[in-house]
Amino acid sequence: MRKELGTFVLLAVLCAVLAYLNPSFLAPVNLQNLARLIGIYGIFSIGLGIVIITGGIDLSVGSVFALLGVLLSIFLVQRHWPAAIAVLAVVAITTLLGAINGFLITKIKIQPFIVTLCGLLFYRGLARFVANDETKGFGAAEGFETLQSIATGTVLGIPTPFVILVVVAALMWVVLHRSVYGRYLYAVGRNETAARYSGINSDRIIASAYVLSGFLAGIAGVLLAFYTNSISPSSHGNFYELYGIAAAVLGGCSLRGGEGSIIGILIGTALLQVLQNLVNLLGIPSSLNFAVMGAVILIGVLADQLLQQRRAARLGK
Amino acid sequence: MTPILEMRHMTKRFPGVVALDAVDFEVLPGEVVALAGENGAGKSTLMKILGGVYAADDGSVSINGKSASIRSVSDATAKGIAFVHQELNVLHNLTVSENVFLGREPRIARFLVDRSKLNIDTETYLKRLGMDLPGRTPLSELSIAQQQMVEIAKALSLNAQILILDEPTSSLTLTETDRLLNVVQDLRSQGVSIIYISHRLSEIEMIADRVVVLRDGKNAGTLQREEINHDGIVKLMVGRDIERFYKPADHVESKPFAEINNLRTRRYPEKPISFDVRKGEILGFAGLVGAGRSEAAQAIFGVDGRVSGDISLDGKRVDVATANDAIKNGIYLVPEDRRVAGLIVDVPVRENITLPELSRFATAGLIKGDEEKKTAKAMCEKLGVKTPSIETKAANLSGGNQQKVVLAKWLSLDPRLLIFDEPTRGIDVGAKAEIYQLMRGLAESGVAIMMISSDMEEILGESDRIAVMHEGSITGVLDRNEASEEAVMKLAVGRTE
Repeated sequence: MRKELGTFVLLAVLCAVLAYLNPSFLAPVNLQNLARLIGIYGIFSIGLGIVIITGGIDLSVGSVFALLGVLLSIFLVQRHWPAAIAVLAVVAITTLLGAINGFLITKIKIQPFIVTLCGLLFYRGLARFVANDETKGFGAAEGFETLQSIATGTVLGIPTPFVILVVVAALMWVVLHRSVYGRYLYAVGRNETAARYSGINSDRIIASAYVLSGFLAGIAGVLLAFYTNSISPSSHGNFYELYGIAAAVLGGCSLRGGEGSIIGILIGTALLQVLQNLVNLLGIPSSLNFAVMGAVILIGVLADQLLQQRRAARLGK
Repeated sequence: MTPILEMRHMTKRFPGVVALDAVDFEVLPGEVVALAGENGAGKSTLMKILGGVYAADDGSVSINGKSASIRSVSDATAKGIAFVHQELNVLHNLTVSENVFLGREPRIARFLVDRSKLNIDTETYLKRLGMDLPGRTPLSELSIAQQQMVEIAKALSLNAQILILDEPTSSLTLTETDRLLNVVQDLRSQGVSIIYISHRLSEIEMIADRVVVLRDGKNAGTLQREEINHDGIVKLMVGRDIERFYKPADHVESKPFAEINNLRTRRYPEKPISFDVRKGEILGFAGLVGAGRSEAAQAIFGVDGRVSGDISLDGKRVDVATANDAIKNGIYLVPEDRRVAGLIVDVPVRENITLPELSRFATAGLIKGDEEKKTAKAMCEKLGVKTPSIETKAANLSGGNQQKVVLAKWLSLDPRLLIFDEPTRGIDVGAKAEIYQLMRGLAESGVAIMMISSDMEEILGESDRIAVMHEGSITGVLDRNEASEEAVMKLAVGRTE
């Protein structure tokens, strides 16, 4: 809880400073767009967070987005599949890719970093090949206007992706913090041996985290595809896995596994988006975008480390 | 004779505890001083002050009659104090020589390591310890006992005058222990002073010139060579007489309850073993480290894939492919390494206790917190787990209480065959007695118990029958009345005639 509190204070301070320096931060249009992005990023960051809680990592998310975007465009625009079928198909594909990751990691015992690094390269290449390296898009969304309006619209003024995030987060909060399965996820991440000695099928638990992450990436990927509306297979989704990892880590997930919370991941996601917004609104050259983010994450983690050392020192005396 | 080390009025406070309260401690040149006491008595705090890990709040240290201030580990090293910890500080990816001279490698032209000098110097020190081993051997090829010798060689290479050995025999076999005790005697005759910390009182009896006993952070008493005996040490440690532990089984069924047939483990696939455990008895498993006892236990519990073999309980065959299968059938394991396999040390006691069969406390997959808490609390009370709360992390409990938490995991279920692997390793005398009582109580309530132990006192004192293993085979099963240290040892080294 303390860990999340620190990130939350940082987020609140950033928002306050930003609102003070540039009041248009609080303009409805800006807040709406911010909420939309937080929605999209939050959904897959939760998936990544769960993988990280089991002690794993998933680097393939960004490339999966590219592959998904390309396929979705092909299914809808070129093949004229019904919208529901097309969405089901791409989400099924990303879930399957998660299952493949889980299989390679738990049954073949390849390290998650390597498995998903290969995925990062492979799916990116596949996306470019499938799309003939051409930019794909949805044009005027003829025939699937409803789908597009779900992805890009609002509910009572709140962007749909944000609403979906709230639902996903609420569900995942119950799963992670109140269910037997959630307890097992943490147990496996803390100490796989002891979990196994307690009768937990740790392979199945770990594999399931990748499946879940793949499923959430599928949902986020559909929303992202419609948000950008044009999918350039070589750059769509680039670095997104790192945003997800950063959000999870900022939110208190430890890369050693066994730590983290849904609330934390949400705060971490929001923090990253507000930073992005800050760069835009304060007129900081957009070339400095990554530098600002990197610096703030580092400062956040450093501050957390210092606070923890202080606390440990106080206890040790 | 001037003491080589004199510590006076050593005091150290931690929040809420006085770990050391005006403790005096001295060591003469060429003397083996055993430091005894229950866990938490202050032994390791005292030694950590001497080793430069902690700073004392009060007290003075003199070395060779001169007042000395030890502020860091390197201060301690410079003053000739070397500490061989229970958990060895060796790097498995380096060679023996590289370990001995880590950070102090002889150089050529300041830049290159002088390999031949490195190896020759190392081998000289190893020879002093009776070890004939090339210095270039990779450390990973060494047994634990040999790795420990490497650490002692390192101490010698640092010209250690005072060598602290903390629980040096806890992972050694009996023969390795004998060898270590010989080395300690050799070092003493070479003029090195040794501070020997151990829970194994028989070793202390054999080797110590003097025993200093601490209790609750204070000096409890000192025994000179001629006064040293088991009961005397225990009396000082606990401050009262405690009865010998063994209480015979009062009702053992004559027919086998758990039958293990032709069990072949991954480590010894060529050597099938068969044995049975009866309801109400404690079947001890003796043998040297590496005899295959833990592997057999893990195979029965389903955590280490067994190659083949049948397990039946009460005449019915049970299929155990995973730990979950074993648990469903009432077969539980209290593993050897409780901090790695027994507990998740970073989570609360409550979560540890309820982890197996967590679904008992859930409806539709959601945990009912109240019921979980009630069970955890009830189990802690039943087993006398001393913990501030059920929300305390398991890591913050003493060894004995951690072991009780591991037991609590299983006792809240319905044990039929309970396997203990080194149940009291690193646990102090008082908590040991409690674990034995629990074990006996379980046996009496009709649970079949297997107890693997490398502690001869424990094996002879607690078992109703003793199975002895040697290199993967069971070389004999002794009844209580034919069991003796000699009989067990004979079987453990593989003499079956």
